[in-house]
Parts: sequence; C-alpha cells; structure tokens
Amino acid sequence: MEANDILAKAESLRNNLSTGFRDEIVKSLYTEAEQIARRAVKVGVNKKYDFDQKVDRLVTSPYAGLPIMLILLGIIIWLTVSGANVLSDTIANLLFGIGDIGRNFFNSLGFIPWWITGFIWDGVYLGLAWVISVMLPPMMIFFPAFTFLEDLGYLPRVAFNLDWLFKKTGAHGKQSLTMAMGFGCNAAGVVATRVIDSPRERLIAILTNNFVPCNGRFPTLIMLATVFVAASFPPALTSFVAAGTVVGVVLIGVAFTFLASWILSRTVLKGEASAFTLELPPYRRPNISRILYTSIIDRTIFVLWRAMQTAAPAGAIIWILANIPIGDSNLARAIADWLNPFGLMLGLDGVILLAYIIAIPANEIVVPTMMMVYLGAGMMIDGPSTNAAIFDLLVNGNGWTMLTAVNLMLFALLHNPCATTIITIYKETKSWKWATLSVVMTLGAAFLVTFTTASIARLFGWA
Amino acid sequence: MSNTKTILPTEHCETCPAFTQLEQMGIKVGDFDRVVALAGNPNTGKSTLFNALTGLKQHTGNWPGKTVTRAEGGFEFNKIRYKLVDLPGTYSLLSASQDEEVARDFILFGQPSCTVVVTDATALERNLNLVMQVMEITEHVVVAVNLMDEAKRKGIEVDARSLSRDLGVPAIPVTARTGDGIHTLLGAVADVIEGKVETKPLRVNGTPEFQKAVSELVPMIKQLAPGIPNARWLAIRLLDGDARVQKAITSGELTEIVSRQYQQDVQFSKKMSVEGRQ
Repeated sequence: MEANDILAKAESLRNNLSTGFRDEIVKSLYTEAEQIARRAVKVGVNKKYDFDQKVDRLVTSPYAGLPIMLILLGIIIWLTVSGANVLSDTIANLLFGIGDIGRNFFNSLGFIPWWITGFIWDGVYLGLAWVISVMLPPMMIFFPAFTFLEDLGYLPRVAFNLDWLFKKTGAHGKQSLTMAMGFGCNAAGVVATRVIDSPRERLIAILTNNFVPCNGRFPTLIMLATVFVAASFPPALTSFVAAGTVVGVVLIGVAFTFLASWILSRTVLKGEASAFTLELPPYRRPNISRILYTSIIDRTIFVLWRAMQTAAPAGAIIWILANIPIGDSNLARAIADWLNPFGLMLGLDGVILLAYIIAIPANEIVVPTMMMVYLGAGMMIDGPSTNAAIFDLLVNGNGWTMLTAVNLMLFALLHNPCATTIITIYKETKSWKWATLSVVMTLGAAFLVTFTTASIARLFGWA
Repeated sequence: MSNTKTILPTEHCETCPAFTQLEQMGIKVGDFDRVVALAGNPNTGKSTLFNALTGLKQHTGNWPGKTVTRAEGGFEFNKIRYKLVDLPGTYSLLSASQDEEVARDFILFGQPSCTVVVTDATALERNLNLVMQVMEITEHVVVAVNLMDEAKRKGIEVDARSLSRDLGVPAIPVTARTGDGIHTLLGAVADVIEGKVETKPLRVNGTPEFQKAVSELVPMIKQLAPGIPNARWLAIRLLDGDARVQKAITSGELTEIVSRQYQQDVQFSKKMSVEGRQ
C-alpha cells in the first residue's frame, strides 16, 4: 500500500461526497454539545458575577482602560524603586563587608600571592556581590507584584486594551501577552510567542520582544533614574520621580515595539493582522503562597542564578584585563580608551561600551562591570554602596553628565538581546537569519537613538 | 511497560475515594506503569490539576495560553505509578498552531493510557467541543469538570451524571485548586484504563455516504501503518483535506512517529520537568 494511493483514494472519495459535508459534521458537533450542556447545566443568578462584570467594564473601557493600566504599572515600579533602595544598601554593605574580611584574611595568611587574592576577591567575588546587591532587591519586589496581577487575571485585560494598537501596526493582539512576559525575561517572552498562530505575526512578536526591558535591565534603569534624574528633586519626591522616569522609559520601549512592528509588517513581514478570540478569564483570588513560590523560586532565584553564572567569569575577565599592564595603564583601560571616541559620539563612553560587550551573555552585569572598570583593580577597598558615592564616582571621577545617564537608559532599553535570548530566538525560528536580524535591528535602533539625542543635546549646548 | 502491578480490590472500601492513596512523585517519571494526558481548553486549570497531582510547581497563570509546551510529572495512585502529561490548552484539535499540534500529536501518537479532558464548569458548552474531538481520537477519556467552586459562586450547577450519560465517558466534578474530587477522578481514570468502566464515547457520525467513505479508508491506513491506533480519526482528517495529516502519511512520518513518540517520552520528561518552568 503506497501513501500516495491513500491520498488519491481520499481525494476521490471527498469529491464524491456532497458539498458541505464538513459543515454538516461541525454543525452537528456544536448542536450536540449545546444539547448536552443544556441538559447538564443550571444557571442561577449571582451577585459576585455581576460585580466581576462591572470591574471588567471599567478596566477594559476605552477611556479608563489605558490610564488604569498605566497607574498599575506605575504602582508596581514605584514599589520596586522605593523598596529596592532600602534593601540594596543593606545587602551591598553586607556583601562588600564579607569581601573585605575575606581579602584581609587572605592577606593575613601571608603565603597567598597577591594575584590569587585579587582574582578571587576583587574579581570573581566582587562580580557576584555586585550582581546580587544590584539585582536581588528589585526582583524580590517586582516579581511577586507582577505574579499577583498575573494570577488575578489582569494580563488578558491588558491584551484586550492594547489590541487595537497592535492591530494598527499589523501585529497580533496576543503580542501584548508575550510583551508582558518579556518584562520578566525576554527569552521567556520569545518562547511565549508560541500562542500566536500566524507565523508572520509570531516573528514580529519575537523580533520586537527585546524592546521591553527585562528584569536584568530594570536594575540599571532604576539605578540611573534614582542616582541621576531624581537626585535633583527634594528627598520626599525622589522615589516618585525615579518611578516616573522608569515608567517613561518603559513607555518609550512600548512605543518602539509598535514602531518596529509597524515597520516590519510593511517591509520584510508584510501582511494584515489576523483575528483571534481571547477569553477574559474570571478574576481569581490569587494564592499568596503560590505567588511567593513562583516569583521567588521560579523567577527570582532562577534569574539570579543565571546572572551569577555569568557574573563570576565576567568579574574574573575584568580583573584580568585590569591587571595586565600596558605602559602606565592597563588592558581594560586601553580597550575602553580605544572605544571611547565611538562611545562619546553616542553620548556614552568607552567603558560603557566595553561593559556592554562583556555583558553580552547577560545584561544584568552591565552596571557592575562598568563600576569595576571605573574603579580599577585592586584599588577597590569599599564598594560605593550609597547613591551619593555612585554619583560622585561617575560624575566627578569619570565625567558623566545627565546626557550620559539618559543615553545609557535608552541604550539599555534598545540594545541587542542577551545571548540567551538570541539563542532562544534561533531555537524558536530555526533560522540564523531572524536571530541576526533581531540583533541588527535592536543595535541599529540603539545606535541611532543615542546618536540622535547626543547630537541634539550638543547642538543646544546641554551637554 | 513492564512490572505493571494490578491491585484487585478485596473490600468495597478500596475503591471508595476515602480509602485511596495518592502519592506525589514530582519529576521521577523514569519508571511508570501508565501514561495519562491532560487536555482541555485554555485556562481551565490543567496546570493547577497537574501540580496538585504531581506536587510539582509547574507555573500556573490566569491567562489562556500559559502552557505552550507539554510538561510531565509523576504520581502514584493506589500503588500504580502514573506519568502525567500536561498538554497546552486548545480550543480544537483541527487547526495548526504550534500549541494545538503539540496537544494533538500527543493524544494521537503518544498513545496515553487515558486522556483527561479538563473542562471549565462555568463554560461547559464551549468546552464540550474539544471533549468530543478528543473522543473522536480515543475511547479512553475521562472528563474532569473543573472550577466547580467558581461555578458555584456564579450560581451555576452542573449535573455530572447527566453529562456522563450523554457523553458516554465518566464526568467527574473537581476543584483542582482545593483538591476536591481528585481522588474520585483518579479512580475513574483507573477504572477506564482497567476496563472496569466501559466507555462508549458519543461520536458524530455524519451522513451514511460519509460513513462509507471512512470505512473504505480505514483499512488502507491500517495497512500502511500497522499498529496505528487512530485510523478512523486519520481517515476523517484525510477526507477533510487536513494538510498536516496528509504530510504525515506521505513522508512516512506516521509509522516513524508511532515508535518514536514512545522512546522520546522518558528523555523528554526529564528535560521538560527542568526546563518547563517559564
């Protein structure tokens, strides 16, 4: 029996069947389901349901829907910013303190060469300590809050509210769900695009996912917003200004998502947005212990562990680069100096670009890497754990301006996906072409935008 | 699977839910006696039920489409080890998005000992369409009428007995979140697998000429892929012009898939239970 015979037979049988036999079958399927359900289900009246519907009418209303969404986003980010500051100082002091003790202990033993002590405590350990103190606090607050909204059933309402915007750009409405996942981790967001049926729209969702800042990039944004933007405001307002800034950056990211989707669906991925049904699930009382488990174990520890795995070798590399002498300077400085002209053109500097190159495996370690190069190896006795110390180091020590801070935020938002995400994109699309495009597109946007803002700022004499 | 243990009840109580034993086995799925698949519409609580049974913490989320790959875990019920496969939620098994294909391929080719279709008690009518499509593929079906607590809050009553009678397979009311009804559900699954409960799934037959066309195709498919368990369903799909099934037949994938799916399972289980968290 040949396979083709079967197909031919099926073909001929199908042609003999009366037209519309499919519709008949589907119709009888539905009729049957309806009858069975009618026999088995009794519906009464219930006040709780009415209440759910009233809430839904409010949060998905054309007028109140978007503002409510922004307010919720603002609250989450404000909670994260204000809570993270307190925790971050405590954790940083503790970890850097342990580092001092360890270094002193090694020194006191006497027989350990300086480069082993330096490599372990100023390289590997310092990298780890930075990543934990910078990343852990915001994650501990952001993830539970985000998971709470997810369990409550709010995410599909977001998709509902944003659907018309996505439709206009030629993308799929479910892209807002995958975008929301991207806030946690872009690689997870890319995997989540499997819910989108149409290959074209799925590719758009994959390629643009990186424009929402993932958890690895939030700490960078929060730090810059707190240290630079909010610093000039009265202390009482600091956390609000910082949160507002981060919300602003997120909105810029969303705007870029729309813009990129629009461009893609008119160039390489031409087509119309397809229709889809999205259920608005009932609001469910979130289960607190589950939220804590999911957000702390599955998300926080998982992401932190991944960051630590890249931070340790990155710390080692930085230390080695900083300890290979070249004339009066060292290799890290030399590379940074070489990158500097290009960095300055973008309103950044060479050290920032070097940090981004080293941080390709995981964006989390950009700030720590930057700090370590600025501080130089071996000179570091205490990590600058307070905001004032960071401000002093960057502005007075290394010539940062407001332009540097703003452009670094924009660069952090727009630059290329981390290695994990790139590999995930390759796995999901099974094509290096799309993986490469995702890098080229985002890097292009990052260079273009930072170059433009830097040029404008210089033109007007702001920087 | 070797070392299948059969427990014959010596007392009435042994089949009674209060007497049964459920032991969560997490990701230890290497050695199991039976495979049970969890299918259902999106957001009906498949992952919640999966977690309740296996003790795993597969991420649940209140939005349709949370599970895009299948996750696997194990549990032991009345001393028999089960492997549980959590499939992505789908509205149908007919169209070809990736998550639907995962679900469909597993029910079709993975040959689970039993497929539990998790349904939403508050939206039963829409959920029944999938139940009936699954019943087209396999006879070993148990319907879990989940979210009974939510239905109650909304003032909806579901008569599971009427449902069982009409569908021809057991329908068990459960609340996966609290664990209500889970033992009864597992009892029904065991009964279906052991043949203690004979299922007579309701199938939509279509016109006589359609029937005849199906019966002409079935033997041909069986000849091409001996041991294929769902020849009838494949025949129907072929008559419908399903491109995916046509491809499976011409590429020889059909025969290959029958054997491959089985080997992959163990490897895949271990991998998914680690990577399945998203």
